[in-house]
Amino acid sequence: MNARFGEFGGQYVPETLMNAVIELEEAYEYYKKDMAFHDELSDLLNHYAGRPSLLYFAKNMTRDLGGPKIYLKREDLNHTGSHKINNVLGQALLAQRMGKTRLIAETGAGQHGVATATAAALFKMDCDVFMGKEDIQRQALNVYRMKLLGAKVHSVTTGTQTLKDAVNETMREWTRCVHNTHYVLGSVMGPHPFPTMVRDFQSVISRETRNQILALEGELPQAVIACVGGGSNAIGAFYHFIPDDGVDLIGCEAAGLGVETPHNAATIANGMPGIFHGMKSLFCQDQYGQIASVYSISAGLDYPGVGPEHADLHRRGRAKYVAITDGEAVEAFEYLSRTEGIIPAVESAHAVAYAKKVAKTYEGSIIINISGRGDKDVASIARYKGEDLYE
Amino acid sequence: MSKFISFITAGDPSLEKTREFIDVLAEDSDIIEIGLPFSDPIAEGDVIQAANKRALEQNTTADKVFDMLENVPFNKIVLLTYANPVFVYGYDRFFKRCKECDVYGVIIPDLPFEERGEASIYADNFGIHLITLIAPTSAQRIQMLATNATGFIYLVSSMGVTGVRGEFTTNLDDIVRQIREVTDVPIYIGFGISTPEQVRQIREIADGVIVGSAIVRIIAEHGDNSSPHIKQFIKEMLKNV
Repeated sequence: MNARFGEFGGQYVPETLMNAVIELEEAYEYYKKDMAFHDELSDLLNHYAGRPSLLYFAKNMTRDLGGPKIYLKREDLNHTGSHKINNVLGQALLAQRMGKTRLIAETGAGQHGVATATAAALFKMDCDVFMGKEDIQRQALNVYRMKLLGAKVHSVTTGTQTLKDAVNETMREWTRCVHNTHYVLGSVMGPHPFPTMVRDFQSVISRETRNQILALEGELPQAVIACVGGGSNAIGAFYHFIPDDGVDLIGCEAAGLGVETPHNAATIANGMPGIFHGMKSLFCQDQYGQIASVYSISAGLDYPGVGPEHADLHRRGRAKYVAITDGEAVEAFEYLSRTEGIIPAVESAHAVAYAKKVAKTYEGSIIINISGRGDKDVASIARYKGEDLYE
Repeated sequence: MSKFISFITAGDPSLEKTREFIDVLAEDSDIIEIGLPFSDPIAEGDVIQAANKRALEQNTTADKVFDMLENVPFNKIVLLTYANPVFVYGYDRFFKRCKECDVYGVIIPDLPFEERGEASIYADNFGIHLITLIAPTSAQRIQMLATNATGFIYLVSSMGVTGVRGEFTTNLDDIVRQIREVTDVPIYIGFGISTPEQVRQIREIADGVIVGSAIVRIIAEHGDNSSPHIKQFIKEMLKNV
């Protein structure tokens, strides 16, 4: 298994973790060729997570935008409400095969934490989730959901108290107890084999989408659009279209208050090569390599780095990355709610916003990956709009 | 000189004070480890994380730390930092500055053996030791790591991050024995050492000890007036040796 995507990727972890990532790599290498493992994972995805997810023709949006046919890949309809479950079920099953009894995870918006807590409950494993204090306040409902599922949620009070710091703390915890614990990394980031393994587990999205669109339209879409924080839903939505040169792959980063302001999380727009969280990739940082404080209304995109495969797709020009502001995302959040009766996660709303901007430049069909549902965001969007609403 | 490595974070509470503390530490240390602060020190516990934060709030940069080190006569300074500050500074430029400042070695906890090639070609070029860490989990890797070690070996006492703790991994003497089969490079044990009794125990199985968090905690408490407290603490730590 190649540990790198061009110059990006690698395995930059402390010596204490080296045997753990090597053991994980070997186990993954073995089980990815194991039919029983595949059958059990497929069964879980189909009968527990509710796959395949729908590819929905957004008739009202198509009519309103007056361009290509708009399709929505409905990852929001998965059990636990987002694409995160695809990866978590794969990793939990692998951890169980490896004899681990405890799962730990970082979470930003809480979706990955909820998915991990869910898998831990299903597999009867212990579960600890690390979440920035700031995010715990933003996503109180998801915090309670994790507790309900039997997980312990740890408030991370270091640094910016968001996703980046939650990853730091989960890695520190992993070095303490690597013998019985698997770190369920939530995105296509971290040390090898995580970026490859998480991408493989998420690539079920594009495997289904490609078949679905060919069955519906008889031809490939002109574009696939997805939001990018670490980039797991985007890589999942892109992966099986990468060899299809005619399909534009577009990742939407969080521009926060604007890419020119200090308050954004647009790593590909503003980042530089660096080494952090186990990988060489692009990071928002200063001239001395200090990792920047980033900002987005969306807790799930509020991360100063991006997965190494995205950095490589960007470097190769195979995928294009654009930045969407808080304002544009909130407008799209409301737009999809009213136009199609679908409330998307504010993360996914970044992809909807860009699709609205460029729809007219396309013919044929385009696909937007709706990575998660927006119930978790309703209160914070209400507050953004000036309403005094708390969960 | 005792086989004792002391650690402080550069710029905590200020670079002027770091310069002063180095002179105090030099009295009883054969190697002084200086932390070049990083925003996200993932191998550190609470105490050194907080020191990194204080140092960065003082706008401590690699350039300023190198400028300070240029005038330090002590000739066994080792820098500890993370892969990103070195990579972004530029490996070539970083190790060149180390050479100019007479730095003895560099420790980069998140640059494991398999990834060190991109840095070690420059470190070797300028004659700077890229220090090897060995952990309680290293197992079958010990021989490979030890064979390639130069300067000294940093043996991590126990699982987890830096910081004061009561107990160490039980198989430390076994790890030391395995290292000794392939190299004579001095072995220093660090992570969690804070009492004279621990120093005595460690010295029975390894060449020396590394003390970090316990000193940094004194600086957190006493700030600018830490020098006499550091001096007294190290004397106490070494009383059984």
